[in-house]
Amino acid sequence: MSQMQLKSFLLWLAPTLLGILFFILLWSGVSTATDGKIPTPAVTWTAGVELFADPFYDNGPNDKGIGWNIMYSLGRVGLGFGLAALVGIPLGFWIGRSLFASRAFNPIISLLRPVSPLAWLPLGLLIFNSTHWAAIWVIFISSIWPMIINTAVGVSRVPSDYMNVAKVLRLNEWQIMTKIMIPAVLPYLLTGVRLAIGVAWLVIVAAEMLTGGIGIGFWVWDEWNNLNVAHILVAIIVIGMIGLMLEAALVWLAQRFSYGE
Amino acid sequence: MNLDKFVSLENIEMTFHTKSGAFTALKDVNINIKQGEFVSIIGHSGCGKSTVLNIIAGLYPASEGVALCADREIAGPGPERAVVFQNHSLLPWLTVYENVMLAVDSVFAKTKTKAEKDDWVNYNLKLVHMDHAAHKRPNEISGGMKQRVGIARALAMQPKVLLMDEPFGALDALTRAHLQDELMKICAEINTTVVMVTHDVDEAVLLSDKIVMMTNGPAATVGEILSVRLERPRSRLALAGDAEYLRCRQAVLTFLYDKHRKDDH
Repeated sequence: MSQMQLKSFLLWLAPTLLGILFFILLWSGVSTATDGKIPTPAVTWTAGVELFADPFYDNGPNDKGIGWNIMYSLGRVGLGFGLAALVGIPLGFWIGRSLFASRAFNPIISLLRPVSPLAWLPLGLLIFNSTHWAAIWVIFISSIWPMIINTAVGVSRVPSDYMNVAKVLRLNEWQIMTKIMIPAVLPYLLTGVRLAIGVAWLVIVAAEMLTGGIGIGFWVWDEWNNLNVAHILVAIIVIGMIGLMLEAALVWLAQRFSYGE
Repeated sequence: MNLDKFVSLENIEMTFHTKSGAFTALKDVNINIKQGEFVSIIGHSGCGKSTVLNIIAGLYPASEGVALCADREIAGPGPERAVVFQNHSLLPWLTVYENVMLAVDSVFAKTKTKAEKDDWVNYNLKLVHMDHAAHKRPNEISGGMKQRVGIARALAMQPKVLLMDEPFGALDALTRAHLQDELMKICAEINTTVVMVTHDVDEAVLLSDKIVMMTNGPAATVGEILSVRLERPRSRLALAGDAEYLRCRQAVLTFLYDKHRKDDH
C-alpha cells in the first residue's frame, strides 16, 4: 500500500471508529441512566454470542433459533417481493408505454401508494385465512408501488432516438422489448427493486409482530413478553445488518448493469 | 424506374398540432433527387430542414403532398432509407460490433447466413476504419468514432438512400474535416444516394452535387437549388481557390445572410 492510500485509509478509519465509540458510550450512558433496564453493550454482546452459538436449534413450533426466525422472515420477504415484481414490472412497462394504461392506473396508484402497509393486513387475514400469507400479502402490496412507478418512469424516459433506430430497422415488438426497452429501463427498474426491498424489510418486522408465528418480527415481540431486552437489542442490530446487506447487494447489481452514454 | 426522381417530394406540407395550436413548419416543398446524387439541405436553425429529412426517412408522415422513394410512396421508416442521427444514437449497452450487427441481423435476417452477416459487419466497420474498436462500447470511444460507427450501421443496411441529420454537427473542426474526407471516399466507393442536413456552408459545397437552400420558418419552403459543378474526387485544399467552389460558396452565403437573414438570435 502506498503512503497516499494508507493516509486516505486512516482518514476514513479514524472517524468511523470514533463514531462507533461515541455510539457505544451513548448506549452505556442510557444503560446506566435506566439502572440496567436497557442492557449495556457488553451484556448485549454476550447475549448475541450465545444466540449465534446455536442459531438453528429447533425445539418445536414455538421455540426455534434466531437463524430460523431470520430465514422465515427472509422467505416471506422473498415471496411477497417476488410476486410483486412479477406483477409490478410488467404493469410498469405497460403504464410507461400506453397513455391509456397510464391514465387508467395512475389515479389508483396515487390513492393507494401512501397507505401504510399494515393497513392492508386485516384484508389479507380475511382473504387468505392464514397469518403466513397475510404477511406475504402485506409485503406484496408495499413493495409493488416503487417497482411499478420506477419501471414506468424508466420506460417513458427511453430516448426517442433509440425508438427511431428501432423504427428504421423495423424491429418487431419482441425485439424492441429485448434489444432496447429492457436494457434501457434496467437501471430505473433496479432503483425500484432497491426501494421495494428496503420497504419490504422494514415492513416484515412490523407485520410479523402482529401475525405471530416464526419470524424475526414476532421473535422480537416474544422476547419483549419474556422481558429479555438484550435479545431485542441483538435483533435490532441483526435486522439492520441484513437490511444493509440487501441494499449493498442491489447496489452492486445496479452497478453491473449501468453503462455510460 | 425514374432515376431522375429517385427521391421526390411534391407539394409537401407539414403541420404540427401542438398545445398552443397548429404550427405549419413546411409548405409547398418540392425536391427531386437523382439516383447516386449527394444532396445537402441547408438553412438557418428552425427552418424545418430536419423535418424534411424525417419525412424522407418516414419518421414523420407529411400532412399534405406526396413523398416517393424509388417510385414507391414513403409510408413509414425502413432500412432502405437508413438514417445517421445527429447524436449517433448508438445503443450504449451494445458494443460497436453488436450495434452494427443489430442492423445487419434485422435487415438480412433471411438473406444472409451467420458467417456472411459477420463478414458484412466487419466489412462496414473496416470501411469507416473502426474495426480496431469492434468490441468497445460507445462510452469508451470518442465522439468522432461514435459517428463513424453510426455511419457504418447505416451503410450496413445497404440503403437505397443514406439520410444524414447534421452528422458532424457535434464534432470539433479537425475531426469534422477528417470525416468529411472519408465520407467522400466511401460515397465514391459505393455510389449511394445521400441526403444530408447541415448548417455548415463549406461542408455543403465540398460534399454536394446539389444544395437545397431553405427559407426561414414558419411555413418554410425551398428557396433556391444550387448545382455544384465540381469534378470528383474533390480535395479541400485544391478547392480553396477554385472559382466554381468560391461561386457556390458565395451563392449559399448570399442566400443565407442576405436574402434570408435571420435576426432573432
